[in-house]
Amino acid sequence: MKRVRSNDAANPVLIFWIIAGLVGFCLLPWYGIEDFFQFEWLTDGYPFDDDYAPGAFLIAQGQKLWLAPFLVPLLMPLLVLRRAKTDPIYSKILILAGALGFGWLIIQGFSIGIRGWNFSWMEAAFGELDDRQFGMGYGALICASSFLFIFTQGIAARGAINGDVFVVSSIGGVVVIVTAFVFFPIAKMLTAAFITQDGGYSLAVFASKFFDDRLWGLGCLSGGRCGVAWNSLFLAVMVGFLTTVLGLFFALIVTRSGFRYKKVLRALTVLPVITPPFVIGLALILLFGLSGTVTVFFADLFGVQPTRWLYGLPGVLIAQTLAFTPIAFLVLIGVVEGVSPSMEEAAQTLRASKWQVFKTVSLPLMRPGLANAFLLGFIESMADFGNPLVLGGNFDVLSTEIFFAIVGAQYDQGKAAVLAMVLLSFTLGAFYAQRFWLGKKSYTTVSGKGDSGVHPHMPSALSVPVLMIALGWAAFTIVVYLMIFYGSVVELWGVNNTLTLKHYGTAFSVRFDDEGIRWTGAAWNSFWTTLQIAGIAAPLTAIVGLITAYLLTRQTFAGKNAFEFGTMLSFAIPGTVIGVSYILAFNVPPIEITGTGIILVVSFIFRNMPVGVRAGIASMSQLDKSLDESSLTLGANSWQTFRRVILPLLRPAILAALVYSFVRAMTAISAVIFLVSAEYDMATSYIIGRVENNDYGLAIAYSTTLIFVMLSVVLAMQLIVGRINIGRRAANGSGEKT
Amino acid sequence: MSINAKAAPVSFRNVTKIYGKDVVAVDSINLEIEAGKLVTLLGPSGCGKTTTLRMIAGLEIASKGKIYIGDQDVTLLPATDRDVSMVFQSYALFPHMSVIENVSYGLTFSGFEKSETRDRAHQGLELVGLKGYGDRLPSELSGGQQQRVAVARALVLEPQVLLFDEPLSNLDAKLRRQVREDIRDIQQNLGLTVVYVTHDQEEALAVSDEIVVMRNAGIAQVGAPRELYDAPADRFVADFIGEANIIPCEITDVQGETAQITIGTLKHQLPARGMVPGPANLAVRPTRFKLGAADGLAMQVEKATYVGSRMEYTLATSFGEVFVVSEDVDAPLAIGDTVAVGLDSIGPVLLAANENP
Repeated sequence: MKRVRSNDAANPVLIFWIIAGLVGFCLLPWYGIEDFFQFEWLTDGYPFDDDYAPGAFLIAQGQKLWLAPFLVPLLMPLLVLRRAKTDPIYSKILILAGALGFGWLIIQGFSIGIRGWNFSWMEAAFGELDDRQFGMGYGALICASSFLFIFTQGIAARGAINGDVFVVSSIGGVVVIVTAFVFFPIAKMLTAAFITQDGGYSLAVFASKFFDDRLWGLGCLSGGRCGVAWNSLFLAVMVGFLTTVLGLFFALIVTRSGFRYKKVLRALTVLPVITPPFVIGLALILLFGLSGTVTVFFADLFGVQPTRWLYGLPGVLIAQTLAFTPIAFLVLIGVVEGVSPSMEEAAQTLRASKWQVFKTVSLPLMRPGLANAFLLGFIESMADFGNPLVLGGNFDVLSTEIFFAIVGAQYDQGKAAVLAMVLLSFTLGAFYAQRFWLGKKSYTTVSGKGDSGVHPHMPSALSVPVLMIALGWAAFTIVVYLMIFYGSVVELWGVNNTLTLKHYGTAFSVRFDDEGIRWTGAAWNSFWTTLQIAGIAAPLTAIVGLITAYLLTRQTFAGKNAFEFGTMLSFAIPGTVIGVSYILAFNVPPIEITGTGIILVVSFIFRNMPVGVRAGIASMSQLDKSLDESSLTLGANSWQTFRRVILPLLRPAILAALVYSFVRAMTAISAVIFLVSAEYDMATSYIIGRVENNDYGLAIAYSTTLIFVMLSVVLAMQLIVGRINIGRRAANGSGEKT
Repeated sequence: MSINAKAAPVSFRNVTKIYGKDVVAVDSINLEIEAGKLVTLLGPSGCGKTTTLRMIAGLEIASKGKIYIGDQDVTLLPATDRDVSMVFQSYALFPHMSVIENVSYGLTFSGFEKSETRDRAHQGLELVGLKGYGDRLPSELSGGQQQRVAVARALVLEPQVLLFDEPLSNLDAKLRRQVREDIRDIQQNLGLTVVYVTHDQEEALAVSDEIVVMRNAGIAQVGAPRELYDAPADRFVADFIGEANIIPCEITDVQGETAQITIGTLKHQLPARGMVPGPANLAVRPTRFKLGAADGLAMQVEKATYVGSRMEYTLATSFGEVFVVSEDVDAPLAIGDTVAVGLDSIGPVLLAANENP
């Protein structure tokens, strides 16, 4: 019984992809349609209208004849349908068909664009082309998948990864999408830095932009202004240092002190997740701005003129430190808890005092974690866009400079590309340092075995100042959040302090009339769009992330290190860089998606994928590998094992990845601001727009709403995750599981 | 309907497994495992025994050579498609499935109808003595019960070969003896082909039809338990299976099957095992010495340890130390005593001289 099944197993999958390819070519519109998720094309001239016609119909009508060669690789696999998987012809034909189809798809896609041939040498070689083509659509997408998976089946049949079709196909799929949506845009952006006004390539153009004084100038040493690159670097180092120190203080209090309200401190870690980054900046303006509460109070008290000291380095520094300290706290809490108590207890029994234990054992063991937290703060600060935009004043940093190069009056793609390269090299440098300098030095001392000791408390010489500083900072954080809420119900801050719900009304009013509910508020449009885009992106992010994590933890294959590096890379790419590179890459065929919702979804998937991958890796490495192996020896294949053993055991991790990517998609701003369009406006970019028009009331009211929406989402998730565990225990008792 | 065996032989032909570029885990071994036999792979850690087992399962694919199960060449067949099941050291029960779901798991991929799947799973549980435990979760069972669920889960598939990877290592000492007897009973009643990995020589001697002693990625010796214990092929096997004192000796004369040897002044007669006169080694189990023998070698007591049922002595000799066990606990020797030590007439075995351990 078993043997019969295994010989047939390959064929249904192959048949599926052959049919999918043919459907994509003969039935679905080949080229992109204005809106991916609308289907009015079905009644609008399909299948003969040029815009909606499938590939086969186009050829039959004598158009786009370069699509005709696809018929060969589409039909070729039919030759080997009846052959055994082990037959060498089988794998050869499939590899050939897949490679031909996919290769031709890429070649024709890049060669022929909106204006005919894309390259002048092609026009010279093949003569002028009267025809043109737009971005790929459903048909092309499905054909591409079909070619890809026929190719991976061929590779699997040759014996790669024990002939496992699921694993080979997953690797192929992840490699292709990461290449298309991470490496391709970045490469495109890099080339854009060399393009001259008239479309040629020139090193001189790059050099003139790269060595610009605005980028690297050192004027601030002599009282003038420094280049934006130095500004960014200095700011990032400061933020990295401050967040690490504050984060360590919080972590020490939670794990090594008798402080009673630890749970409250732990709750602080939720804040950065649910807060759009620039909201902190807004709150600081309410406190310390020209008409801010504190400023006015002191101005009255001492009779001095209020100043604009906040706008510039101090403001951005405070805002970023507030925003990113909880992230450092989150990292360091794991590190500080990870130091095995038995190490510290051993030191105590060896006659070290509390202070000596801390200095000679605890702190050195935390060192890699501290460096890690510093680098995270550094990268976050580099990538932050909202706070410098709101508070920067004359203090320009790379991320805002990139934005103004693209959207400002200058509209200089080349300059944006050069700036993005500089920013990218800073963050990649930090990322590289983190991986290769710290990656091998793990001081985690907790093993799987039970470790019954307790962490000793900090020496009091340390704990008193630590507690003071941390509590002071926590209080400040709470004040800042209260200001956000308070600011949303004040008529006009600093001028008219009467309480009002007017701003909420402007943003979220609804009217009931004959036609039902009318969403009349100004914010509804962007609010629904945000929910929709985040809702579509979250499950896709979780799927890609978990499959990648599965491949990384459970499979070994050639090039795995490069694969891991590639998938984690987008973590180090600042959103602004993603934004710029996406507009440059996806404005023209073959992938033409700017101005659509898809580009937002895609950018979220690849921005947040590392989060999903990390969550997946963390929870998958808790599952013993023998679970998979025993499932395999019991006759399940790797797909069945993934679905029936790994996925059910990962349920809490999946939910967390879902919610986290959903929330992150709602709070993101840096990439989004480049990619939004009139039709697809996101909440964050709408708010930034209001801030630029000095409409603080509405902006803050909207931000507050977002914070509460996301807070409830996160809390709901925690409730559900909690219930999953309880549910299992309940099931034990009733014993009704069969 | 009951659980039957479709026991098949396993054959390794020049099988090599290399990890990465140059880590040789198994170095061109040849091995024939008969159908219906329980064969143990025994050796110190890192000797390649687990890799060998995993190659039978299909969890590792051999780098060179061929592996046959029955008549079929399975060298390149992945685990999913092999008719082999395995009991893991950690049991690897799926924590989110009940006991019965665990046991049925493999059956659902084998094309059985639902009712038959259920019947077979219940029979499997009954066979290991866990009838009525089907609705529990693995976490609600004791270690020994989890172990039996893992066995049942593997058995119900009626595999051609059943594999055990150190199945007793997570059990406490008392339970070990019982579980290993249960495994042996089931194997013999159903006539299964079982391959069993362990590093515990006593466990191997107790359960096996045949033991394969492995060393440094290769096979040191294959044989029945008694054969290995009484006639080890070399110093390594002699020392690994039970303890052995290796004593240099001189073969003075070989008459047919019998050899005359001398160790200093001591003369002894024993099977020649094809050796020729000249220097050789003698392997002597600690129990095979005769303390106070008339014509023995004079040795001095260096350590004397009372362990309840017997005395353990370390004795100093002209050629080094020997370790001797004596049943006589009532009149123990004291440290510093000199005693004449002879050899039992059966037990000591001749080994070639100057081989690498």
